[in-house]
Amino acid sequence: MQCEICKTKTATVHLTEIINGQRTESHLCQNCAQKEGVSVKSQLSLNELLSSLIAAHQHTDEIGDSEISKKACPECGITMEQFRKQAVLGCPKDYDVFEDDLKDVIEKTQDNNLTHKGKIPAKAQADPNAQNENRDKIEELQKQLSQAVKKEDYELAAKIRDQLKDLQ
Amino acid sequence: MRLTDLSTKTSRWFDPNVPLSDIVVSSRIRLARNLAGHRFISRCDDEEKQEILQRLKEIILSLKELGDIAFIDIAGGSSIERDFLIERQLISRNLAIGRGPRGVVIAANELFAAQINEEDHLRLCVLAPGLNLDKCWEQISRIDDCIGEKIEYAFSRRYGFLTACPTNLGTGIRVSVMLHLPALKITDQLKKLFASAKDMNLTVRGLFGEGTEAVGDFFQISNQVTLGISEEQIVEDFQTLIIPKIVEYERIARDRLLVKDANILDDRIARALAVLKNARLISSHEAMFLLSNLRMGINMGRIKEISINTINELFLLTQPAHLQINKGRTLNAEQRDILRAETLRAKLN
Repeated sequence: MQCEICKTKTATVHLTEIINGQRTESHLCQNCAQKEGVSVKSQLSLNELLSSLIAAHQHTDEIGDSEISKKACPECGITMEQFRKQAVLGCPKDYDVFEDDLKDVIEKTQDNNLTHKGKIPAKAQADPNAQNENRDKIEELQKQLSQAVKKEDYELAAKIRDQLKDLQ
Repeated sequence: MRLTDLSTKTSRWFDPNVPLSDIVVSSRIRLARNLAGHRFISRCDDEEKQEILQRLKEIILSLKELGDIAFIDIAGGSSIERDFLIERQLISRNLAIGRGPRGVVIAANELFAAQINEEDHLRLCVLAPGLNLDKCWEQISRIDDCIGEKIEYAFSRRYGFLTACPTNLGTGIRVSVMLHLPALKITDQLKKLFASAKDMNLTVRGLFGEGTEAVGDFFQISNQVTLGISEEQIVEDFQTLIIPKIVEYERIARDRLLVKDANILDDRIARALAVLKNARLISSHEAMFLLSNLRMGINMGRIKEISINTINELFLLTQPAHLQINKGRTLNAEQRDILRAETLRAKLN
């Protein structure tokens, strides 16, 4: 679609105005829109980018979505809906409470990685619960791996294998 | 430590007497950390923020190896003071505009800053002039260890360090290198660089300007992925692969300019110097643009009578908050443009 004003550039700004019930649409290019005083944000902050990413995900996954959005973290009270708006979580526990919902977000922003590799703080090294958490995770991944092999989904199997390698 | 102790000189991270500093201005590593047992900042009331601030401040101020350090209260400071700290890259805009109890501990040499109650409870940052990420990592990791012995960080074996935004999850590390790339800009090759950076999961943003539009051709390149890659790996990739490659491209572009367009290049540099030496009113935007051309001219051996240190110093001294701190009062835009031009004339003539 061409810009309505300069008729040369592609229209990238689509404005719908409703004044006294009268609806008008204009399609402008970035330059003409700025000249017309339509504020165009050309730079998205990382958080805004993330919220749009999360919102897009929300759109494609509408089944049962309203229930997920309403679930609140018992610790901080945040819901997925609120997280989608502000792109920051409320407390460390959210990573457990919203594990399934966050998985996609984390995969998308972290180049498909889901397991930490790197520094472990001194206090966590001494924590026996942390060790158990690791063992549970390994068992779960081993289960997922055998399922993936059964289904002949070797791409997924390779991914799980890599995660296991990182954990062991 | 008073801000006026810093405001008349350049930052240590802007030191030109290190290898590659004609292109690689500085290296920085930031770690995002949160305390276990506390909510993240967006869900904390002022009382909880105050408690976190107090605890972290005490711990960091007690670390002997940091040398001469001081705490600066951001909630209580003026907006000029906050802008001044942003201009010197010691705090983020996010901390400046945040709400409630928050602050920063900075080292007198300006190579260490710990922001408290920014997006995460703690944002540690270590800087060095030139390309020196190995040293930055060694230092910041040691400081992080010392703090981690005294308090418990929010951490899970699976996801690593738990951060308010999942984009920092895992190592919580952001490795950034500030580059001066005027020749890539003149030869119109920046788009290519941005595209390949994106493919490699790197972020490029302009400095001294808004958004990616860099005024003065300074760019900061950082890692985007923080989960699933170890800190050492990220540091090594930047130190040995990514940055040396960009430096090489910039050098090739500079050499080509000298061979093909030496007249155009010299004209650009001479005009920049002429305006900077004579202007009576100059905006921050124009000053940055011309200083960048001058910096390139000196680094390429086209101008001999001005030192690179003077230029680096002017990049900071002509920033709006620097002008006002050094003048000792607030100035409107026109007054700043006059003082900026005076400062430039005094240093360059």
